Amino acid sequence: MSLLAIGPAPLELTRIVAAVGDRAGVDGAIVTFLGLVRNHNLGRHVHHLEYEAFEPLALNAFARITDEVLERWPDAKLALHHRIGRLEIGEASIAIAVASAHRAAAYGACRYTIERVKQIAPIWKREFFDGGDMWIEGATADPDDARARAEAERVACV
Amino acid sequence: MRVTVRLFARLRDITGTAELAREVPPGATIRSVWQQLAGEYPALTDYERSISSAVNADYARMDRPLAEGDEVAFLPPVSGG
Repeated sequence: MSLLAIGPAPLELTRIVAAVGDRAGVDGAIVTFLGLVRNHNLGRHVHHLEYEAFEPLALNAFARITDEVLERWPDAKLALHHRIGRLEIGEASIAIAVASAHRAAAYGACRYTIERVKQIAPIWKREFFDGGDMWIEGATADPDDARARAEAERVACV
Repeated sequence: MRVTVRLFARLRDITGTAELAREVPPGATIRSVWQQLAGEYPALTDYERSISSAVNADYARMDRPLAEGDEVAFLPPVSGG
């Protein structure tokens, strides 16, 4: 079971939990996150999304996020899977699982991971809605931007 | 020297292609390749201050010098998750 993955296959919570769940007796918590496709965004009625990625760079970015997580939460074990291609309403676009001895680290690392994915993963969603479609553009990806990283850490540790 | 350029999301829509090859002079940087492309496709200039770039699938700064055969990628602001 790979810890980091990107591809068109549907995401399954059970598989990503299994990917981090091999330290029985050591870990006391697994926190998971699923990002789902909404049927509404900024007042638009959304029909479906299409995700595109620069896959090798995305896997590099996921590895970098893993290193950052281990720097901040040394005992965490992180799995991160992102789906690409056409996604229907209600389907999961991203699945994250973090195991740790204690819940605070597991929650913090999980939240940190989704914030960093949104900041630096080379992935784009195209929204198809009533009356048209558009690429959604969020953050300018800069993995060395210390302020963005500090913001992700701040959000993760509240 | 010859480099390959990869374009994603709206940048790909603007140029109509996901990948193209360009002949660039020795000493060319990521920025000079971008400027060459922006000359060909003026709509790209909207992204002047918001793109990221990568060389051979690693993030790289715009002032990075390029080598023969490098693959340069231009990335509009991201929206994963």
